[in-house]
Amino acid sequence: MPCYTVRMGQKPPAHTPEKEALLVALRGILPDHSVLCEGEQLRPYECDGLTAWRALPGVVCLPSNAEQVQQILRLCGQMHYPVVARGAGTGLSGGALPLENGVLLSLAKFTRILEIDADNRTARVECGVRNLAISEAVAPHGLYYAPDPSSQIACTIGGNVAENSGGVHCLKYGLTVHNVLGLKALTMDGELLEIGSKALDTPGYDLLALLHGSEGLLGVLLEVTVKLLPQPERAQLALAAFHDVTQAAQAVAAIIGAGIIPAGLEMMDNLALCAAEDYAHAGYPRDAAAILLCELDGSNEEVSELIMLVRDLLLANGAYEVHTARDDAERLKMWAGRKAAFPAVGRLAPDYYCMDGTIPRRHLSAVLTRIAELSRHYDLPVANVFHAGDGNLHPLILYDANQSDERTRAEEFGGEILQLCLDAGGTITGEHGVGVEKLNQMCAQFTPHELVQFHEIKHAFDPKDLLNPGKAVPTLHRCAEHGAMHVHHGKLPFPELERF
Amino acid sequence: MDADRSVELQAAVREAAACKTPLHIIAGDSKKFYGRAATGTPFPVAQHCGIVHYEPGELIITARAGTPLAEIEAALAAHGQMLPFEPPHFGPTATLGGTIACGLSGPRRPYAGAARDFVLGVKIINGQGEILKFGGEVMKNVAGFDVSRLMVGALGTLGLLLEISLKVLPKPQHELTLAFTCTPQEALAHITEWSGQPVPLSGACHDGARLVVRLSGSRSGVIAFQRKLRGEVVNDGEKFWQQLREHQHDFFKGDALLWRFSVPPATPLLNLPGQLFIDWGGAQRWLINPLPADVIRASAVKLGGHATLFRGGERIGQVFHPLPPALLALHKRLKTAFDPHAIFNPGRLYVEF
Repeated sequence: MPCYTVRMGQKPPAHTPEKEALLVALRGILPDHSVLCEGEQLRPYECDGLTAWRALPGVVCLPSNAEQVQQILRLCGQMHYPVVARGAGTGLSGGALPLENGVLLSLAKFTRILEIDADNRTARVECGVRNLAISEAVAPHGLYYAPDPSSQIACTIGGNVAENSGGVHCLKYGLTVHNVLGLKALTMDGELLEIGSKALDTPGYDLLALLHGSEGLLGVLLEVTVKLLPQPERAQLALAAFHDVTQAAQAVAAIIGAGIIPAGLEMMDNLALCAAEDYAHAGYPRDAAAILLCELDGSNEEVSELIMLVRDLLLANGAYEVHTARDDAERLKMWAGRKAAFPAVGRLAPDYYCMDGTIPRRHLSAVLTRIAELSRHYDLPVANVFHAGDGNLHPLILYDANQSDERTRAEEFGGEILQLCLDAGGTITGEHGVGVEKLNQMCAQFTPHELVQFHEIKHAFDPKDLLNPGKAVPTLHRCAEHGAMHVHHGKLPFPELERF
Repeated sequence: MDADRSVELQAAVREAAACKTPLHIIAGDSKKFYGRAATGTPFPVAQHCGIVHYEPGELIITARAGTPLAEIEAALAAHGQMLPFEPPHFGPTATLGGTIACGLSGPRRPYAGAARDFVLGVKIINGQGEILKFGGEVMKNVAGFDVSRLMVGALGTLGLLLEISLKVLPKPQHELTLAFTCTPQEALAHITEWSGQPVPLSGACHDGARLVVRLSGSRSGVIAFQRKLRGEVVNDGEKFWQQLREHQHDFFKGDALLWRFSVPPATPLLNLPGQLFIDWGGAQRWLINPLPADVIRASAVKLGGHATLFRGGERIGQVFHPLPPALLALHKRLKTAFDPHAIFNPGRLYVEF
């Protein structure tokens, strides 16, 4: 198994004869400057957005066309070298963490927008195109691409597909999987898969869905055909302040219960909103225990009608103040605070650990109360940012990695939060993925038979287990060692299963 | 009567796996016309039924696969909610499991999403008789591969569905159906224009003589667009869309071969003889046409889509669009990954597995 315990200052992996042979072969596929294998060249690739985990890759490849990717994959398949694909490296679960004994395949050069089809409302783009660049490119047609993860200025569409990214508008407009019509991907043996088209469905199994959120384990994406939506006539944002987090949670239920699906419905607790206010000066009330941001979009008439309804519901559920944006500039300013919440909280402590559980919304109050208790127990502050409409919780645990045991405490605290989400009937990851970070929690969420089924799917695509191995799905061996499997009278469940 | 029959079903599947006995999964049998002809021992599953959990405030419902679709829709309607993909029943016995296994969606599909877009989780029995759960009852969940959506439209070839969790939505506050007498070409032009603007469409079809559109949303929003689009108000619009969904419109009467074209929505009219009904805002086109399958399929490919022999004819050839070799090989490997003894609905989807 790969080892990820490496930290800053690690020496580049040693050059072995096998690796020399690989480098020679790679330089036959790519120009010399697109094959990186020396010291500081490798450093930018040592981690993704999960910076607590670092490892220097054996080799970094920077291909610029599909044929090169295909040749690299075939070569690595023959030589039995594992491959990790990487987009912008903004992922938050270590999905793009390199392998010391493997090839890091950077798709940063695949940045062309290949086709905009305004009549069919689609865009076909290379995998390395940035999320926001799509909406910018199609804006002249009055269209946009709906999923908007907070990292949208930097993250790539290929990474969005691999992680099935969400965003603040996915309550109404869905996740990446709901907004992609087609993919071109290469399997580890270099076979080109063309899945979907500009039509709304495709014959056979829903491989499009299967590849979404597959964290680079099933194929390497080359192209994505996304669905575009007409820009709404108007968007309006209401900001409600509450003295009590429970009231804010009730207000969310009341809005949904009234049959309204807002374009975005976000909650921040006091620590998060104060940090965001200091950072972005969005106009958030510092004395609030929690704020809700509720955005409505649609026709002028619809938005005007619903915003009044939402305002009444917020006040009826205990909001002590409701402010609606005066104009679009103020609306964007109010959003800026939320979109900058992670970096804003990041200024409060040397390090933070971002969690990503999802819970049924009705348990929000109980879960937040328990998180506050855990925060006291572990003696680490936590700021809560919450996609309130869909139950996706982002507690940000603040710590200092240079203090003796704070990192360990933060990880234990995080593990307890994820277990809390599971106990509430939720999931360990709503949108950030499992990566290397939540492998142990996967053992708690799934039974050994379910994990074996995942491995069988993986092997249907990649029988040699060379594409991003060791990520997303834990081995049964790991689960047994981690002890998350329930051991009854000294016997592991499913003793017949091989603990590979 | 609501009942959890998962233990009996699991025992039966294990026995079939041990004996390598192919099973023909049957619930309501309302969609037996669909897909390739069934083979194998009939395996009734409809008694595993009942709504397990419905939480209107969370917009989720979980039900056993044998639950009648009508029962689910009635439960949702009592709370002003609906299945947004507007699934066709094709008969009063339709079940949730059959609906998801077929993966069919009604006229609202281009605007609200397809069956697969609303599936949040499944419990299945795989081909080794193991009961497995994937996904869950929350709207955002990226733990593990998305097996839940993979089951949609797989026609039961990957596993026996036991339970399905779906996202549901509030019914729109107001809906209005408008008709415009025009040619199919003019209808496509209108739809393309309106679809590129923030018009609150929730249905758009051309029935041979008229463009018929449905608007959904807040009352004031719908009325505002009614003024912009004009058109003639169709009384009892709800009935029109229901009949279209159930293929009870005159176009679908008779037992001629019915082809379904799935194409990019703005595709110009197909250069094929026969009768045409345009739905899904242009993206789904029904064609009654006796031409050979290879001619039909070649034209669908040329248009960037695919064609299904939806109803009628011999169901022993390929009724779904043949897969290219790389994808076919992958399908077979996936089938083996879930059902190594090939017991579930063999040949129902493709002749090769």
